[in-house]
Amino acid sequence: MDALKLNEMRTGDRGIIERITGTGRFRQRLMEMGFVPGAEIIVEKYAPLKDPIEYVLKGYHVSLRHEEAERVLVRGVEEEEKED
Amino acid sequence: MVKTLTIALAGNPNSGKTTIFNNLTGGHQKVGNWPGVTVEKKEGTATHNGYTIRVVDLPGTYSLTAYSQEEIIARNYIIEEKPDLVVDVIDASNLERNLYLASQLIDLGIKLVFALNMVDLAQSRGQIIDHKQLAVLMGVPIIPTVGTKGKGIKELLEAIVRVAEDKASVTRHIHIDYGRELEEKIAEIQGTILSARSSMDEHHARWMGIKLLENDEEVIKEIAKRPRKKAVLGQLQRSTIHLQKILGDDPETLIADRRYGFIHGALKETLHHAKKDRRYLSDQVDTVLTNRLLGFPIFIFFIWAMFQLTFNLGSYPMAWIDAGVGLLAEFVGGLMGEGLLKSLIVDGIISGVGGVAVFLPNIFILFFCIALFEDTGYMARAAFIMDKIMHTLGLHGKSFIPMIMGFGCNVPAIMATRVLESRRDRILTMLINPLISCSGRLPIYVLIAGALFGARAGNVIFSIYLIGITMAILMGQIFKRTLFKGEIAPFVLELPPYRMPTFRGTVIHMWERGSIFIKKMGGIILIGSIVVWALSSFPQTVDYSRDYEGETQLIQKEYAVVIQGAEGEQAAALAEERDQKIAEVEILKEREFQEKSLLGRLGKGIAPVLRPLGFDWKAGVALLTGFVAKEIVVSTFGVLYQAGEEAGEESESLRAAISKSMTPLVGYAFMIFVLAYTPCVATVAVIRRESGSWGWTAFSVGYGIALAWILAFLIYQGGMLLGLG
Ligand SMILES: Nc1nc2c(ncn2[C@@H]2O[C@H](COP(=O)(O)OP(=O)(O)OP(=O)(O)O)[C@@H](O)[C@H]2O)c(=O)[nH]1
Repeated sequence: MDALKLNEMRTGDRGIIERITGTGRFRQRLMEMGFVPGAEIIVEKYAPLKDPIEYVLKGYHVSLRHEEAERVLVRGVEEEEKED
Repeated sequence: MVKTLTIALAGNPNSGKTTIFNNLTGGHQKVGNWPGVTVEKKEGTATHNGYTIRVVDLPGTYSLTAYSQEEIIARNYIIEEKPDLVVDVIDASNLERNLYLASQLIDLGIKLVFALNMVDLAQSRGQIIDHKQLAVLMGVPIIPTVGTKGKGIKELLEAIVRVAEDKASVTRHIHIDYGRELEEKIAEIQGTILSARSSMDEHHARWMGIKLLENDEEVIKEIAKRPRKKAVLGQLQRSTIHLQKILGDDPETLIADRRYGFIHGALKETLHHAKKDRRYLSDQVDTVLTNRLLGFPIFIFFIWAMFQLTFNLGSYPMAWIDAGVGLLAEFVGGLMGEGLLKSLIVDGIISGVGGVAVFLPNIFILFFCIALFEDTGYMARAAFIMDKIMHTLGLHGKSFIPMIMGFGCNVPAIMATRVLESRRDRILTMLINPLISCSGRLPIYVLIAGALFGARAGNVIFSIYLIGITMAILMGQIFKRTLFKGEIAPFVLELPPYRMPTFRGTVIHMWERGSIFIKKMGGIILIGSIVVWALSSFPQTVDYSRDYEGETQLIQKEYAVVIQGAEGEQAAALAEERDQKIAEVEILKEREFQEKSLLGRLGKGIAPVLRPLGFDWKAGVALLTGFVAKEIVVSTFGVLYQAGEEAGEESESLRAAISKSMTPLVGYAFMIFVLAYTPCVATVAVIRRESGSWGWTAFSVGYGIALAWILAFLIYQGGMLLGLG
């Protein structure tokens, strides 16, 4: 399955992080917050004005703006693999 | 013998560091700033087993890279000040991410103790942590704690002493394994560094090697200062290229990846989930508070409540302080003979400092509300909701608090910029905040608009507020594009779970911020009050153009005769008439004194600059006194327009006087000037204090005046061209 941008996922979707594009501070910050390849990420909800977006990652909640989420590439996890 | 230890507290934001710190030190602490920056530094002492333990609280950080001021402070303290040991406060309910900082501390090769905090929360979520095994894997003693209940603090102190005495059985240096290729390169760089400086500790050299591969600017700078820098940096470059080629990614990413790999491996053995359910109470609360439809109304309600509390509830203690200051002035005045010293102390110092002290209740209530928002976790949600709007203004989601508060008073508003993490956002918010029209400016608008615009006054005042907001947005955009170009800190906002705050914790948070206001601002405000007092009371003797004393005596004499001849009510009426006449003379005298005082001369001195705006010297003097506080402008007008000092913004005689000497166009330009220039000395003091820079302070004052002048000029001259004058 093709890599998606993180901001293209819908509420409730799950994905596995493949890669973070970009450089320097931005990338480092995301990495240390747990956005590392192989990590599972769930779209929790969109803010009332659709931006930013809240995610669950490594058991905690974090939010990114669209322009930042765009730089995180994920592989969607198939529906059947989802629990509940 | 008393033995002393210095320990540093490290930890992620929201891990409960403050709570642990207060538990260790019993709340006795010194709050200051780290040298050169406005990040708070807290220190306290604990005692245990004959040890006096100095506890230094490091800024809360997610990592120890060199990307933010907080991280650099925390890291430099550990490396340069070499505390005897570092305690890392780890949030057990968010273990994986919290261990990232822990892994970096392990890399530093220093003595460590981990406080596994919030174990109660982890337990209620069904997370079972084998902390003993985890301690063995990490090579660091781990002590479970519950900060809010003070659990585990004694054990933590015991562990600290044990590790400091090298008696902890689990302590050992572990190397996080970065994989064969990376380890090879780390070892090579480490070797080169060591051969250049054989005195260096090998763990530290390894750490430097890792940091160099992480492309850490601070360490690269450090190396560049040393002998054999070419050898080290050359090797670094070759290693980076080599790693990129064989592993297909830059070393930075690989290292972060391996760190999480190490953590993952350790947690696989030691962390078990009893329940698979990941919907906690906190998430349910959140579905309401950040709901698509309810989120905004609830948010607006909270802000409204905060506003009401701050300014309405605050108005009671404010009145008491005001009355107290009045009594004090009277009391002190009564003790002293008439003279310059009395005038300095009563009119200068007591009323000047007292004028700012009345803001204390506002500030403390505001900080209590903010502490409550932060401690419950709502602050992050508010930023989440508001970010879209604030981002279009070039600001961060959290900037809305200072912006809203500005309508009340810019002083607490600028102090509230502390909620922002990035310095860029803080300075930007501070710079545009004065354009949000504070309540102190309202009396001026009421006076002038009331005098000149009659029934349209309300709309006119509203338009001033709107212009203020528009200018704030515009200036924000301009500053963002000119002064703050360059990479913006990414918006990676953690949304911590909602927690029940403790009253004590919230009060401590409030006090930490509020006390700084009292301590540091006293000085600047004191000096400011003395300067303005001096300007308006010197020279002591002026040559009056008329003999006011004589006139007063004449009135006394004239009335003495007629009052004697009248009886009862008539006499009382005459006495009143006499007093009024005397008061009129007094005002005339006061007015002439003002005109001839240094302040008056300054006002006349700047008059040529203000003439293109249509302002006369009286307006100039009023604007000058407005630097102290906008509240003073109205009373200055009162004196200058001979309506008496007691005249308020509703005074009819003052309004009449103003409508005679200002056209509506000039009045509007004047109000715009008041809107845009420096709100008051207290604001200047707080900008200086919060930005930590005289440069930004001067810029803020300078651009405010320039903007005020330009806007007033455009309005006045434009209006004249259109024939509105
Ligand atoms: N349930 C629980 N809550 C805790 C514990 N320790 C702290 N808290 C709460 O967690 C919240 C944050 O604690 P702080 O001590 O302010 O956290 P901090 O790490 O200093 O956070 P920053 O000030 O943002 O750096 C507060 O509401 C505390 O009351 C704990 O062991 N268990």
